[in-house]
Amino acid sequence: MSFINLKDKVVQVKIVYYGPGRCGKTTNLEYINRTYRKQILSEMVSLKTHGDRTLFFDFLPFDMGQIKGYDIKIQLYTVPGQVKYNATRKLVLRGVDGIVFVADAMEKQREKNIRSLNQLHENLQSYKESIFKIPLVMQYNKVDLKEHGIPILPTDVLQKDLNSRLQVPYFEASAITGYNVAATLKKIISSTVVSIQKKLL
Amino acid sequence: MNYGIVSQEQLEQIDAILSDKLIKLGVDCVIIIDMAGNIITARDNGTSKYDVYSFAALAAGNFATVDAMAKLVGEQEFSLLFHKGQESNIHFSKIDDELLLISMFGKDISLGFLRLNVVDVIEKIRKVWDRK
Repeated sequence: MSFINLKDKVVQVKIVYYGPGRCGKTTNLEYINRTYRKQILSEMVSLKTHGDRTLFFDFLPFDMGQIKGYDIKIQLYTVPGQVKYNATRKLVLRGVDGIVFVADAMEKQREKNIRSLNQLHENLQSYKESIFKIPLVMQYNKVDLKEHGIPILPTDVLQKDLNSRLQVPYFEASAITGYNVAATLKKIISSTVVSIQKKLL
Repeated sequence: MNYGIVSQEQLEQIDAILSDKLIKLGVDCVIIIDMAGNIITARDNGTSKYDVYSFAALAAGNFATVDAMAKLVGEQEFSLLFHKGQESNIHFSKIDDELLLISMFGKDISLGFLRLNVVDVIEKIRKVWDRK
């Protein structure tokens, strides 16, 4: 649920990075935090374990400028990817406006991606949301590993696995080098803002 | 999907209630958030500068966690939360299923006095909110 403040003319939009453990959700946010420092209002908040794994969520508020006189404040969240943390993943999804599904392109992670996407579907249902309706962008992360000789799933396989029914925009990306991180972000922001506008008109 | 929209008039009324009942009492900062971590409104005494956006995200997470713990021990909810520090304290109180009132205050105010006022504030805000 985006929140619209008519008095101060502020729209708050919640975008969640979702995906299996170690797929690069936090790395996406860290890259955005470094690259767009000027537009970012405050420090990135990370609730993580001693082993640097996300425990609850990462949070990054992001100022996008104005649309029709309204300040758009984007709030980026990640979920904890580890299987055991589904209860927390669900909490973070509360009131979500747009989702980036970060898939791990490494061959051995194929099944984990599918499982995570299925769980996203279930978790959204518990909030009476539909994965087919909510603004969603796919990101096939870690394509840079190919150069290091690590087996990577070809994009058409990932598309078939994850995006054959959803048919949402997708990007090959490398969160660690920043390749297509901004493109993913721009796409999800524009889809989400358009969807909010449509619902309001 | 539901969208939270509050009219300017409602927000002004809510702001007035917060200023009148809590800020005047000496509370440093009051925030109303929804359970998704959005800020509905924030008031402060002019001297304290908190990063209210991060605060809202963390507070919503914190409250949701405590809520889940309540369910584990068979409670419907823990509608009140309080964190005590050396210099400042934070008090959380549920307004309704969607809204949370957070007050940050120093050691000059007693918790009991704050709670009395918070109950009053919540009742008043509910009345304004119900008209939505």
